[in-house]
Amino acid sequence: MTVLVGYIPDQYGEAALAAGIEEAKRRGTGLLVLNASRGDALVDKRFLGDAQRGDLEQRLADSGVAHEVRQSVGVDPADDLVEAARGADDPVIVIGMRHRSPVGKLVMGSTAQRILLDAPCWVIAVKP
Amino acid sequence: MDTLDLLAGGFADAFTPQLLLYAAIGVLLGTFVGVLPGIGPAMAVALLLPITYGLDVTESMVIFAGIYYGGMYGGSTTSILLNTPGESASVMTAIEGNQMAKRGRAAQALATAAIGSFIAGTIGTLLVAFFTPALADQAVKVGAPSFFAIMLLSLVLVTSVLGESKIRGFAGLFIGLTIGLIGMDDSTAQARLTFGTLELADGIGIVIVAVGVFAMGEALWTAAHLRRRPVDVIPTGRPFLGREDWRRSAGPWLRGTALGFPFGAVPAGGAETPTFLSYITERKLAARKGGNADEFGDGAIEGVAGPEAANNASAAGMFVPLLALGLPVTATASILLAALTSYGIVPGPTLMDDQPDLVWTLLASLLIGNTLLLVINLPMAPLWARLLRIPRPQLYAGILFFASLGAYSVANDPFDLALLLVFGGIGFAIRRFGIPVLPLILGVILGPLMEVKLREALDLSSGELSGLFSEGLAIVIYVLIVIALVGPIVLGRFRTPQDAKEEVSA
Repeated sequence: MTVLVGYIPDQYGEAALAAGIEEAKRRGTGLLVLNASRGDALVDKRFLGDAQRGDLEQRLADSGVAHEVRQSVGVDPADDLVEAARGADDPVIVIGMRHRSPVGKLVMGSTAQRILLDAPCWVIAVKP
Repeated sequence: MDTLDLLAGGFADAFTPQLLLYAAIGVLLGTFVGVLPGIGPAMAVALLLPITYGLDVTESMVIFAGIYYGGMYGGSTTSILLNTPGESASVMTAIEGNQMAKRGRAAQALATAAIGSFIAGTIGTLLVAFFTPALADQAVKVGAPSFFAIMLLSLVLVTSVLGESKIRGFAGLFIGLTIGLIGMDDSTAQARLTFGTLELADGIGIVIVAVGVFAMGEALWTAAHLRRRPVDVIPTGRPFLGREDWRRSAGPWLRGTALGFPFGAVPAGGAETPTFLSYITERKLAARKGGNADEFGDGAIEGVAGPEAANNASAAGMFVPLLALGLPVTATASILLAALTSYGIVPGPTLMDDQPDLVWTLLASLLIGNTLLLVINLPMAPLWARLLRIPRPQLYAGILFFASLGAYSVANDPFDLALLLVFGGIGFAIRRFGIPVLPLILGVILGPLMEVKLREALDLSSGELSGLFSEGLAIVIYVLIVIALVGPIVLGRFRTPQDAKEEVSA
């Protein structure tokens, strides 16, 4: 399990997932898909529901790569990925990047930036 | 026809741009707080109590009443889309409503809830307009002993009939009554429970108790459970009803209204009982007809239409005792009463004669607000669902800000902020130990009123306890209280296990 994908159910997450599957095939290793929510709102559309998770597992199974989906609640998504990478053996992280204006970054913060700076390993950042 | 004339007069007064705007603000705010679980109309009205300093009484009543109706409606949206009832009266709606949503009929469920609320609210408000003057006429003749008995009945019913645990209910009631005792005794000038503090001598403002228990307590409770797994929300489009849905909803709407209104009007308060009864009724009727019986449990539209109508009809029914007797039967009503009192208006049987403009404009505004609710909510349902994505830290920070502002603005005294924290602690504790809020807040508000009536009755009989039983009505009510307290125990003893089983399956 060395390719870590930060996945959210939108175009950025999809781009990361596609690149992650490709990378896992190229390296001949497994895939760990992470989906995290801070869990501080009643509804978080970036967190996979049961149906969405089933879909994702199905698609991963179809891709033929050894895979695991891990969902965590109550953690920062960036910390979640970086921590998982620290614990893994020879990892690489794949994330989707979106455009954020300076003001948007100030307000929302940037998960991608924190992963890029904090990760102990290579980070592949893809655009949809 | 007198009533219709007065109501028409109320409409004439209510159709000013300003009041229409306030009604719209009220129903929007109400829907907002109704949609969010944990935040209800009682909290919203408590937080907005300070606006009574700036607005005149009709304006603030129109906003508060709008919040109340809006909150009742908003709860149904959360029930249907999330299976998380926004407030206790929507629990029944959640059962069938969420099943409908899961089967892709969210739009129809939301529509039948909105239209049912509108119909029930309108009929209910009209019934209030017709019943209240008659009741008030009778109530003027009621003496202090009977009034005391009526308040006692209301406290006993709310405490012992509602809720699962009587012990917890009474614990809440006595906490409330104790808070109500704090301050100077009006007739002997004795300081009670003030612990020598000068600030407590005037008693504790209801704003502080209400904001502390509802807003502060809820915020602390949420902070203790901040991170939770997000729930699945069912996406929906604009609500609409098909011809078949209209046909199936019409009956439940009317039956729900008929069930809900009387329950709202008697001091047994709350919409839980009528919504439950409405649900059971619709299920039994469906079973008798045969056709749709199987659908119950899998998303029958009748199971949304009936309880939702009952919910709003009972919300309207609440205004009968409030306007005719000055007697609140729900948490929101008790805070409305506190707001009225802060204007120096004496709620009670004479309100209709003293403030006819206020009462009729309020009723007309309720009807207008109800229509606004329908107009606003049908197209905006998907937008309301987005509110659920607000992160809790930001949301509750805002609530705490308004709570502190409200508490401070009562007297510009930092001492009140300390009190707010104390009541926030109490609010947290009652949530932790499962003590219901309603008996507590009714105790705080009705306690002092009861004391006044008790003193009056005893003064009349120069201190003889028999003075409390000097009126026929009072005796009848005491008998009712005994029945309410003893009845369930006796029934429980005589009930055979088979009956109990039937009730569970029903």
